[in-house]
Amino acid sequence: MLHRLGEAAIALLAAVGEGALFALKAAREVFLPPFEFRETMRQVYELGLRSAPLIAVSGLAVGVVLSMHTRASLERFGAESMIPAGLAIALVRETGPLTAGLLLSGRIGAGIGAELGAMRVTEQIDALEASAVDAFRYLVVTRVIACVIALPILTTLMNFAGMMGGFLAETSATGMSLGLYFNRAFSLIEFNDYVPATIKTMVFGFIIATTSSYLGFNTSSGTEGVGRASTRAVVLSSILIIVSNVLLVRLIFFVFPEAGS
Amino acid sequence: MAHVAAAVREPTVPAPAGTPAVRLEHVSKSFGSRRVLDDVTFDVAAACGFVILGRSGTGKSVMLKHIMGLVRPDSGKVLVGGDEISALDGPELSRVRKKIGFLFQNAALFDSISVGENVAFPMRRHTNLSDSDIRARAKEKLAAVGLDKEYEKMPATLSGGMRKRAGLARAMALDPKILLIDEPSAGLDPITADEIDDLLLGLKSSGGTTLIIVTHNIPSARKLGDTLAMLHEGQIVAQGTTEELDRSDNEMVRAFMTSQHAG
Repeated sequence: MLHRLGEAAIALLAAVGEGALFALKAAREVFLPPFEFRETMRQVYELGLRSAPLIAVSGLAVGVVLSMHTRASLERFGAESMIPAGLAIALVRETGPLTAGLLLSGRIGAGIGAELGAMRVTEQIDALEASAVDAFRYLVVTRVIACVIALPILTTLMNFAGMMGGFLAETSATGMSLGLYFNRAFSLIEFNDYVPATIKTMVFGFIIATTSSYLGFNTSSGTEGVGRASTRAVVLSSILIIVSNVLLVRLIFFVFPEAGS
Repeated sequence: MAHVAAAVREPTVPAPAGTPAVRLEHVSKSFGSRRVLDDVTFDVAAACGFVILGRSGTGKSVMLKHIMGLVRPDSGKVLVGGDEISALDGPELSRVRKKIGFLFQNAALFDSISVGENVAFPMRRHTNLSDSDIRARAKEKLAAVGLDKEYEKMPATLSGGMRKRAGLARAMALDPKILLIDEPSAGLDPITADEIDDLLLGLKSSGGTTLIIVTHNIPSARKLGDTLAMLHEGQIVAQGTTEELDRSDNEMVRAFMTSQHAG
């Protein structure tokens, strides 16, 4: 029993070590030529642009719900005029980045895990290598760059859609105009609210791409393994995003003390 | 039309005369506790057909992957035209791989691009040819395997045999000096299998291509193989011409050689 537990612990540590080395290799190779420009742009389209509808619709719904909750709380204090600003700060600082990160870990993480997993079990990754193409650069580095580019853009879309959702809720409750809503929404938002929180999502993009690529790249056991890689990619990248978010928020407060005020 | 190999960037330096096209020296490989290759040694002369025979699961495909540098031996060396591919990495490994074409057992076509683009892929990556030249040459390669009308189709829409032929066209894309072929006739009807054998024979005799073929199809092995090797339990148990293997003392080798199984 103890022997088996020890073996499992060693296997887990070995996998964590391998994963970390894989991520380090990806981080290093992002800056080294040759740059697979066409394939990177294709991935930006596949992983980024095609995620836009999901983010926009989710953002809108989150904005409506947040607005309704905020109204219920602020109404008691007669501070309804603060709803747009409160909602905007909540979205830009935390709700937008984290929700976008988790939604995209589902869509992109599952996609990369399944696609690379299927390519591994059908020997397409070997076929790439046999065509004298560095499969790691072609498949992994391009996805890492695409995710690091796409996440901040999609987060900004999420923030905007959330504010639009908030406006829809607010205008249906009070008839507030679009101009007044956005005027109030942006009245308290500063550089330190938007930039660090949005840059943070580049780390989320890196986590999603490397975690799911690692699991896809190391798939075995046929179609069952592909399903497992896809599921694990979503679960693991979601957990890593939530945990890293704690550390990143601490770091943001340290570097930009005003962001916490 | 000029040879595609001539348009490949970074043309390779030819190996000295007499150097075998491929050499395995005391290659051993295990996966977990299972020893797949056990001290395997052989030479394959340039422009010859070398056929690897053996029962399913005896490590024949693993041997081909060693030659392509996709799998590294636990011990021993794999040399391709004098380059120790088993010790190479990065651009040096890519340089040697450009000399080799590989037809995988299940074709391994890239399923996100069309059949024609699969064949064009190595040319787009490694030659300076224009887009129209690449398309023309990819069509030429597809025509050689009877698939010239399937350029725009996606791999998922092809039958198993057609995928296999498209895989062969892709393997031939850069006019490689060495072709590694994993079961060329598997999934093909006898007439198409015969046509593919004739195509490979032509590549060998007129193009000087070295063929290393894994097959269970004995008539095909007899046709294509100048040398045949029988792999059993990770070791080469017999090697020689078809006549020599026909006269082998090993009963299993003789049984294999007299079987009429076609693919």
